[in-house]
Amino acid sequence: MSGHKQGSPWAQMWQRLRRNHMAVAGLITLTLLILTALLAPVLTPYSYEEQNLALGATPPSMEHLLGTDDLGRDLLTRMLYGGRVSLAVGLCATLVSLLIGVTYGAVSGYAGGRTDNVMMRLVDILYALPFTVFVIILMVVFGRNFMLLFVAIGAVEWLTMARIVRGQVLAVKQQPFIKAASVLGFSHTRIIARHIIPNVVGPVIVYTTLTIPRVMLLESFLSFLGLGIQPPMSSWGLLIRDGAKMLETYPWMLIFPGLVLSITLFALNFLGDGLRDALDPRASHR
Amino acid sequence: MLKFLTRRLLTMIPVLWVTVTLTFFLVRLAPGGPFTEEKQYPQQAIDQLNQHYGLDAPIHLQYARYIGRLLRGDLGPSLKYQNRSVNEIISETFPVSLELGIWALLVALLLGLPAGIMASLRPNSVLDYAPMSLAMIGICIPSFVLGPLLVLALALGLGWFNASGWNMASDRILPAITLGSAYAAYIARLTRAGMLDVLPQDFIRTARAKGLRESRVIGRHALKPGIFPVISFLGPAVAGLITGSFVVETIFHIPGLGKMFVMGAFNRDYTLVLGLVVFYSALVILFNTVVDVVLAALNPRLRGAS
Repeated sequence: MSGHKQGSPWAQMWQRLRRNHMAVAGLITLTLLILTALLAPVLTPYSYEEQNLALGATPPSMEHLLGTDDLGRDLLTRMLYGGRVSLAVGLCATLVSLLIGVTYGAVSGYAGGRTDNVMMRLVDILYALPFTVFVIILMVVFGRNFMLLFVAIGAVEWLTMARIVRGQVLAVKQQPFIKAASVLGFSHTRIIARHIIPNVVGPVIVYTTLTIPRVMLLESFLSFLGLGIQPPMSSWGLLIRDGAKMLETYPWMLIFPGLVLSITLFALNFLGDGLRDALDPRASHR
Repeated sequence: MLKFLTRRLLTMIPVLWVTVTLTFFLVRLAPGGPFTEEKQYPQQAIDQLNQHYGLDAPIHLQYARYIGRLLRGDLGPSLKYQNRSVNEIISETFPVSLELGIWALLVALLLGLPAGIMASLRPNSVLDYAPMSLAMIGICIPSFVLGPLLVLALALGLGWFNASGWNMASDRILPAITLGSAYAAYIARLTRAGMLDVLPQDFIRTARAKGLRESRVIGRHALKPGIFPVISFLGPAVAGLITGSFVVETIFHIPGLGKMFVMGAFNRDYTLVLGLVVFYSALVILFNTVVDVVLAALNPRLRGAS
């Protein structure tokens, strides 16, 4: 596990990833997006909520690079601040799903036998539930609460992670070093946390990278239906919703937010695919 | 086979029960009820309405009544659309969603399968990269971006289609493309991966060695096992397609199930939301079962296993 020594599995993975141009491009794009979102207050002189009704909607110009919306707000500014929200929701909700999924899968796989059976049957049942529907109901019922949004999304997205981790744990569990740890008298918690989880981390990273775009999509989908982030806050989904409404008269309000969301999803998907190939060269057909 | 089917259908029951119960109590957790928004109603009228629909009873009693009616296939009256039952609403809106779903499925299969097969035959060539890049674009442009963009370009810009509505035959095209394109992209990727697994295998070499035409080798021998992943994907996908898409139906103002569901949730129309959720879950499970049966029929090795 230690560091980036030459020839360690991690260094090899990094080497392979670096040769995948699309994945590297994805990584760079993401870094840029996160940086611009974080530096939003420095990068733009405008406020994301201050309206300028006298100005109204203007097409892209030198003062407003991507134009303004119908309330006279600078679109680029709203996209930068919206990026903060969209990326934050994406990361936090994924973290929630990661936490639940890894713990659940590790416990299930480690326990084995009947416990494992019951826990996985439960996952099967949960899989069949219409979760998007539940999230919609939750958002309607409890008002559009920010925290609730990513807890709800995270709670939806952990199932596949749990299955992946369980499968990995079942494989790792058979290996001699786990038996050794057990013979040495380490507690179950310690064996799971220190010996098993570090050894299943690869697939987890890959699946996490692929979960983030799904989560971001769900957030913008909810915002598009008017159930996610509420104005005057901004998120990419919300901007797309506004843009779709103003489609006929102010098309730039749809095009730019749509573009930035799609590019982000692109970057994440390419990075995820690249990581998967780098981690498991056999899985790659390229 | 019969045992397998019965077992699959029996697992439907706990899933549906959990879904109904969760939804039932979730919608009732909300502050306010279905009649609180209409401020012109005096309190007395609201009480009467609640009484009429049995909403004044203790919640466990309401729950027992609902389950009782559900077992007889009665989804109850809608609370917002007066004098209409949820069964009626579903039988009116489902055909619309079904039709849209079938068109979208056609789009998905007609674009996805050929693209995937083409990519798998010449891996790492232009014929592979071009359709696979397109598929990536299809996956990364969400329907709520693609739909409005199509409207902007083809309806408002070129004037080929109506921007919204569900009256003329041409009104089907834009929603079907919007809904189907992401599925087409997934199908293309799954087809490519499935075919690439099959093509290097011995029986394909045998088929070629027998002197069969390449079209027959691909079409008959490779395709059948090659599209197994696609068939597994189609189960939940078809269920999702035909039960309507909230987004596409909202964008194009299509009177289908998906739009009803969102409206129902906003209106606190308890029975409508519950009814739609039950209907949706039942369909999803049904299609997954159908897919399992089809897969078992295509692959003899699966028949013995559960």
